[in-house]
Amino acid sequence: MQVEVRVFATLRRYLPELGIGEAKIMEVAEGTTLDEIRGTLGLPGDEVKVIMVNHKQAFPDDPVQDGDRITYIPAVAGG
Amino acid sequence: MARKILRINMGDLSHAYEEVPEKWAKWAGRGLTSTIIADEVDPTCHPLGPNNKLVIAPGWVSGTPAAPSSGRTSFGGKSPLTGTIKEANSGGLSSQKIAKLGLAAIIIEGMPKDGAWYTLVVTKDGVAFESADDVLGKGMYEVDEILWKKYPSKPAVIGIGPVGEEKLSNAGISVNDPENKPGRYAGRGGLGAVMGARGVKAIVVDDTDGPGVEIADMDLFKTGRKKLTDAITSHDLTKPNGGLNSFGTNVLMNIINEAGGLPTRNFSAGQFEGAAKISGEMVAEMVEKREAGMTGHGCHPGCIIKCSNIYPDADGEELVSCVEYETAWAMGANCGIDDLDYVAMMTRECNDLGLDTIEAGNTVAIAMEGGLIEFGDKEAALGLYDEIRQMSPLGRILGQGVEATAKAFGVHRIPTVKGQSMPAYEPRAIKGIGVTYATSTMGADHTAGYTIAPEIAGVGGKVDPLSNEGKAELSLTFQAATAFVDSTGYCLFIAFPILDIPDGWAGMAESVAGVMGMDITGDDVIPMGKEILKIERDFNMKAGFTAQDDRPPEFMRYEKLPPHDEVWTVNDEVLDEVYAWVNGK
Repeated sequence: MQVEVRVFATLRRYLPELGIGEAKIMEVAEGTTLDEIRGTLGLPGDEVKVIMVNHKQAFPDDPVQDGDRITYIPAVAGG
Repeated sequence: MARKILRINMGDLSHAYEEVPEKWAKWAGRGLTSTIIADEVDPTCHPLGPNNKLVIAPGWVSGTPAAPSSGRTSFGGKSPLTGTIKEANSGGLSSQKIAKLGLAAIIIEGMPKDGAWYTLVVTKDGVAFESADDVLGKGMYEVDEILWKKYPSKPAVIGIGPVGEEKLSNAGISVNDPENKPGRYAGRGGLGAVMGARGVKAIVVDDTDGPGVEIADMDLFKTGRKKLTDAITSHDLTKPNGGLNSFGTNVLMNIINEAGGLPTRNFSAGQFEGAAKISGEMVAEMVEKREAGMTGHGCHPGCIIKCSNIYPDADGEELVSCVEYETAWAMGANCGIDDLDYVAMMTRECNDLGLDTIEAGNTVAIAMEGGLIEFGDKEAALGLYDEIRQMSPLGRILGQGVEATAKAFGVHRIPTVKGQSMPAYEPRAIKGIGVTYATSTMGADHTAGYTIAPEIAGVGGKVDPLSNEGKAELSLTFQAATAFVDSTGYCLFIAFPILDIPDGWAGMAESVAGVMGMDITGDDVIPMGKEILKIERDFNMKAGFTAQDDRPPEFMRYEKLPPHDEVWTVNDEVLDEVYAWVNGK
């Protein structure tokens, strides 16, 4: 199955081929977790502060579904 | 030397130094401006009339040696935009200089009898009432430049643009930054109009040979300072080359868009297809590509976070400092505009004219909703700022902000609470910030209780933004902590690291205790913050506000917001819980 992954801010340095907001399309096996995808992409666990799936908060051990829109987020805030 | 109050009477052009009365003695920053306004201003007065006052106060630690990121100045008064008490604070040069003159606060009252305009020059020797003829009618870029030429000591310049001179409700107060540019604003709530109503175009603050800030317990101050500095420099968000330093506050644009909470085209959707083009990542890319401007810019001396930027134009010339999240959202996503150069040009217009960017961007979006111009029409949007510059009848309406403009154009989707428009987070997708907007003593204001930290960023815990659960308590805790931080002189952004690092939280309180000789610890932060909130809430109740004013706008209850297709579902009873304690309930 396929998922799309986005990374922002300081995490972009690990996927420099992606433009801002551009998604990486990945083929993954059923039951793959968000944390496993993070590892495959080489994103350090201690730099990923929040994960979103389909615009909602998600957690590292959550398995992904076909077509999921996944976003890994580092420490951000502002305003 | 103990801190003094400097009272300036514009009616007879006199000034006097006063001892700080016992009941004000423990306060600084927002705690002090709100206390003074509550004590001395009739809550029912007209904000532009003779009975309102403008109070300016540095924070507890402002002007002390090497207190990190401690350049915030609080401005207080009754707001012409909201009719509530108002505190708006700003970075720039003023906080440390006012503090080093030994001043706890400057109170400006009365109105010139002759209708003349003045530049107040505040030095260790007192106040000179200079004619403002050389700066009157001018935008803040020129005002800052003229006054630095006239006063070569590189003073702080607090000023109002033409919008403040005309006493329009969206007038902010500008403070110059270290490069003498006017991008630092006590923007919200129209306090620029309150300053204009006193006949004051500018205040020059020169701290040369001032007495400095007295520190009661230097050891305790240093201990607290170190803990706080360590927290700031070690947290991923605030450390050098961390999120804020690299991308500024606009690091949030893509994230809030992903969360479905980015108000788009006047709060009609929660995602903007052009978000990436106006994001903090794009600002950094433009700085690199154009080989000009900078990220990691500091808005005041001694800032160690440095979240500001200088945005360059296509020719490599400085266009504006700075393009921050709220501004990029207000001028960009909320108007359907995805061109960062236009966002920057509109920001420059606001900085020059003396407009709050959040209210200004929302106002343009309302004009778009009302059919004056099309969503996404960047040329026409920029042209509206020229209407304000010309003070055409249309420009005067726009300069009054969202609610006046909505009435003028028959718009009912009006994203305001207590007359003030919402910032860049959608209450239907992020419920806690909606509770803050609804109940804050300031009108809709994200900085009043930034629940975004746990709801989106996982800072200070992690809660689900779409859930209603526990949001009253969450908002109150953040509102109280904020009222305290707004009194310290520290930038509110120190809150992010210290919410995660307990030693930093304790250090903040210890640094304050060290300066003031107060017996307080980290445990006193929330209770003292609540004391301030109570003072503000009481003022608002006397001004005529009730629980019915603590409500989000009606359309959010029945219009579903994509992509979550959520409406506002927090009960009114929950909103009423937030301040029930003020009435002893």
